[in-house]
Amino acid sequence: MINAAYIHIPFCHHICHYCDFNKVFMKNQPVEKYLQNLDKEMSMGENKSGYKSIFVGGGTPTSLDETQLQYFVESIAQQLPLASGGEYTFEANPGDLTPAKMSILKMGGVNRLSIGVQSFNDAHLKRIGRTHTKKDVLQTVRNAEKAGFDNLSIDLIYGLPEQTVEDAIDTTRQALALGLPHYSAYSLIIEPKTVFYNLMSKGNLPLPKEEAEADMYEAVMQLMSASGLHQYEISNFARPGFESIHNLTYWNNEEYYGFGAGAHGYVKGVRYANYGPLKKYIEPLERGELPRMSSQQTTKREQMEEEMFLGLRKLAGVSIAAFQRKYNQNPLSLFKGAISNMTERNLLEVTDESIRLTHAGKFLGNEVFQSFLIEQEM
Amino acid sequence: MNDNGRLERQERIRNFSIIAHIDHGKSTLADRILEKTNALTAREMKSQLLDSMDLERERGITIKLNAVELTYTAKDGIEYIFHLIDTPGHVDFTYEVSRSLAACEGAILVVDAAQGIEAQTLANVYLALDNNLEIMTVINKIDLPAAEPERVRQEVEDVIGLDASDAVLASAKAGIGIEEILEQVVEKVPAPTGDPRAPLTALIFDSLYDPYRGVIAYIRVVNGTIKVGDKIKMMATGKEFDVTEIGVFTPKTTPRDELTVGDVGYLAAAIKNVGDTQVGDTITSAKNGATEALAGYRKLNPMVYCGLYPIDASKYNDLRDALEKLELNDSALQYEPETSQALGFGFRCGFLGLLHMEIIQERIEREFKIDLITTAPSVIYQVTMTDGEELRIDNPSDMPDPQKIAHVEEPYVKSSIIVPNDFVGTVMELAQGKRGIFIDMQYLDTNRVSVVYEMPLSEIVYDFFDQLKSGTKGYASFDYELIGYKESKLVKMDILLNTETVDALSFIVHRDFAYERGKIIVEKLKELIPRQQFEVPIQAAIGNKIVARSTIKAMRKNVLAKCYGGDISRKRKLLEKQKEGKKRMKQVGSVEVPQEAFMAVLKMDDQSK
Repeated sequence: MINAAYIHIPFCHHICHYCDFNKVFMKNQPVEKYLQNLDKEMSMGENKSGYKSIFVGGGTPTSLDETQLQYFVESIAQQLPLASGGEYTFEANPGDLTPAKMSILKMGGVNRLSIGVQSFNDAHLKRIGRTHTKKDVLQTVRNAEKAGFDNLSIDLIYGLPEQTVEDAIDTTRQALALGLPHYSAYSLIIEPKTVFYNLMSKGNLPLPKEEAEADMYEAVMQLMSASGLHQYEISNFARPGFESIHNLTYWNNEEYYGFGAGAHGYVKGVRYANYGPLKKYIEPLERGELPRMSSQQTTKREQMEEEMFLGLRKLAGVSIAAFQRKYNQNPLSLFKGAISNMTERNLLEVTDESIRLTHAGKFLGNEVFQSFLIEQEM
Repeated sequence: MNDNGRLERQERIRNFSIIAHIDHGKSTLADRILEKTNALTAREMKSQLLDSMDLERERGITIKLNAVELTYTAKDGIEYIFHLIDTPGHVDFTYEVSRSLAACEGAILVVDAAQGIEAQTLANVYLALDNNLEIMTVINKIDLPAAEPERVRQEVEDVIGLDASDAVLASAKAGIGIEEILEQVVEKVPAPTGDPRAPLTALIFDSLYDPYRGVIAYIRVVNGTIKVGDKIKMMATGKEFDVTEIGVFTPKTTPRDELTVGDVGYLAAAIKNVGDTQVGDTITSAKNGATEALAGYRKLNPMVYCGLYPIDASKYNDLRDALEKLELNDSALQYEPETSQALGFGFRCGFLGLLHMEIIQERIEREFKIDLITTAPSVIYQVTMTDGEELRIDNPSDMPDPQKIAHVEEPYVKSSIIVPNDFVGTVMELAQGKRGIFIDMQYLDTNRVSVVYEMPLSEIVYDFFDQLKSGTKGYASFDYELIGYKESKLVKMDILLNTETVDALSFIVHRDFAYERGKIIVEKLKELIPRQQFEVPIQAAIGNKIVARSTIKAMRKNVLAKCYGGDISRKRKLLEKQKEGKKRMKQVGSVEVPQEAFMAVLKMDDQSK
C-alpha cells in the first residue's frame, strides 16, 4: 500500500533566482482547470483507507486565492483520506499566508506548515529573488500559531551569494529563537535554467568558498543541537517526535504518489515523472489517462543501491536487519568494498545494528553515496 | 587479356595524386573528379569520399592513403584509366606522402587563389619533384572575393620555379575547371613505362589489416602481371604466398582477375603477419621472379615518444591488443612495454609527431574503448655519461643523476614558417621564446614572408604549433625537418604529489627556464587535480632541490543538501556522474589524478601569458 502522497502546485507570483522546480508565473494561467484535473489524477490513487503523509509543495501552494484554495483542500480531503495520526503538510510562502487562507487550511485538515523562510536577512532575501521580509516571517509564524498550528517547520538556505559564516549563524539563531519543532537547512545548489546559473556562468555570482560553506554547515549543526533539536537527516532537524514523515518516506526508500504537473512518484517499483507543462499535463487527464512523461521500472540492484544512498542520509543510517529482510541479502557483504573503503576514510561507521555516516561523512556524503553504486559488470 | 591488350591498356593509364595544404580544397577536388568520372551514383556520393575514417572526416584531414580507379573519356574520344592516389596533408605524415607519390607519374598541385603557397605544400612539391613527377598547377577557389589568381600564379613560378602559364583556374566547390584538369591529366601525365611480359615487380605502398582476409597490401604494379592463384614472393623476407584476391577501388572494393603494368590496387594472400608485407618492399613471382627489388622507402623513425597507460589496470592486455591492431595499419607507430611507479604497466610509444600521437590516442579510446592516461610527449635525448657511456633517453624519468652526466644533446629541427608581413614580429618573438636560432628571412611577395629558425624539437612538441596558430590568427603555415642533435643545458624536473615523486610527471627543461616552468606547472596541477579528502602538497624539484610548491586544499564539503521533491532519479544521475568522473582518474599513491594533469606540462605557456 502506498502511504504517502506529494502534490505539486506549479504556480508562483514571483520566481526565485535559485529555483529549478516546475513552475510558471500565475498570471493568466488556467488555475481552476489545473485543479480540476489534479483532482482527477488524485482520484486514481489506490489508497482509500488512509495516507500517513500528504505533502503539498510547489511552486507556491499558498499563491492560490481563497476560492481556489478552498476547492483544492476539499478535493484533497475527498480523494486522499488521511490516516489517523497522519501528517498533512502545506508549503507556505511567508508573504502569502493571510489569516483567511490559514483558516481554510486548518479547516481542511492541514496539520503541518513548512514555511519557506530561507534567510532572516532582508538584503539576502532580496538578492535571491524572494519578496518577503523578516517581518513577514515573524507575522506568519504568529498567525499560524494563533490559528492553532503547532507543527511548524521552516526552511533555511545557507551558502547564499555574499553570505558570511556569521550571517548564516545569525539567521540560524533567529530561526531557533522562534522555538519551532522542526527546521530544514539546505545548502544553495546552483542548477541550470535559473537566474543564478546564468549569473554564475558570467562570473557574476560571488558564492562563499567551499571552506566557508563547510563552516556554515558545522555551525548550523552545533546551534541546532544546542537548542535541543536532533539532526535526523543531513539537512533536517527536529524535536523528538516531530521528524517529518514525508521526508522519511523518501529516505526510507518507501513508495509514494506524485500528483500534479512535473511531480515525481514511486509506485510498485516504478519511478515516474509527470509532464511539467500545464497543457501536456492536462490533456491526457481529460482523456482519462495518466499524465506520465516517463516511467522506469527499478531493478533489484537499483533498489538496493537507493536503499543505501537514500538511507545513509539519515543519521540513524541503514538498518542491517531491515535491509536483509527487504532484499534477502546482507548489505555488509554486498557492499563490502564500498564499506571498507569508506570506513577507512573515516566517512562511514558500522555498528551492530546499522551502517551510518560519521560526522565527517555528513560533509562528504556524495563521496559515500556514489561508492554504493554497484559497477555494472556485477 | 593478352600482352598486346595489356600494352594498349597501359598507354591509357594515368596515375596521379593531389598535393594541397589543409583547407585548400583537395578533398573537394577529389570529390568532383570522382563525380565527373561517374565513379559513383548520386546516392553513393557522400561529401568528401576519400576521407574514410570517422576521425579523418571530423578533423578534416587525411591520414590513411586511398587509391581509386576511375575511367574518363577524354575529348579525343579515348577512354582513359585514372588512378587517383590520395595524400595526407599534415606535416606528421610526410612519410606517407612520399609513399603515395612513388606510386604515381604525376601530381596536381592545388593552391588556394587567396592564400597562396603554404609551407607544407612547398615540402610536398619538392617531394614530388624528387620523385620525377609531372606537376600540374591548379589555382583553386577562384570564385572567392579575395581570390588573386594572377598573384598566386606568379608566386608558384617565383617560389617553386614551376611553369605556371597553363595553370588551371578552378573552383572545385563550384565545379569550375574540373574538365580542364582532367584533360591536363591525360595530356601531361606520362603513361606508365614498364613491361607486362617482364618478371613481376610490384611496390607495396601501404598495407591494412582485415580480420577476415588477412593483410591487404596496396600495390603499384611496375612490371609483369599478377593473377589470382599466382604464387608470389616478398623480396625483403623471401616469404611466399598464394594470391587469393586482387582488385581495385572504384572506390568500392572491386575484385579483378589480374593487375598489370601501371595498375594501382590491392592484393590479399592470406597473409597473417603484417611484418610480411613491409611497406616499400617489392612483390615478385615465386618462380622466375625479378632479381632486383624496386627502390624502396626510407623507414621513418618516430620523433615523439610518450607513455600510454590504461586507467583501469586490468585493461593492459586490451591496450596491447589495440596497439598491435593499430600497428598493422600504421607502420610508423612503435611501442614497447614500460612500467611506471605511478601509473603501473603501460607502453612507451613512438609517433611521427603530435598529431599522430593524438590520433592514435583518440582511436584507442574510441575504437577500443580503453580510457587512457597519456604522459607528456618527449623527444629522444642523447646523454653522454662522465664515464663515456652513451644513452638514448626517450622517457624523462629515465634521465640519470645529473652528477653522472657529462652532457646532454637534444634534437633540433629547421622550421620554415610562411606568414603575412604583419605577423613577422609575433613569429620571431615566439620562436625566440622557444630557444629558436634565427637562420633566414625572405619576402615571397609584398605581403608574405618566409622565416626560418632552428629550434629544439622538444619546444615544437610542446605547444609551438598551437601558439603559432593563435598568435597569427591562423595565417601562419609551418613545416619542419630534423637537422640533428645539439648540446643543451638540460635538467630533469620532478614533480612530487603528497611528497612522493610521480615519475610520469617528470619532464626535461632547459636550465634557464627551470624555475619559471616549475612555478607554472605546480599552479597548473593545482588547478587540474580536484580536491581530495586531505591536503595535497605539490612540489617541483630538480634533484633534491625544491624549486616551486603549491597546495591543493582538502575537500571540505561534497553533499547534496537539497530537497529534490522526490526526484530520486535525478539524485542517482548526479551521483553516477560524479562516480564516472572518478573513473577517468588514476589513483597515484593516495591521490586521484585526472588524465589532463599528465599533459599539464604542455599547457604551461597558456598561463605564462
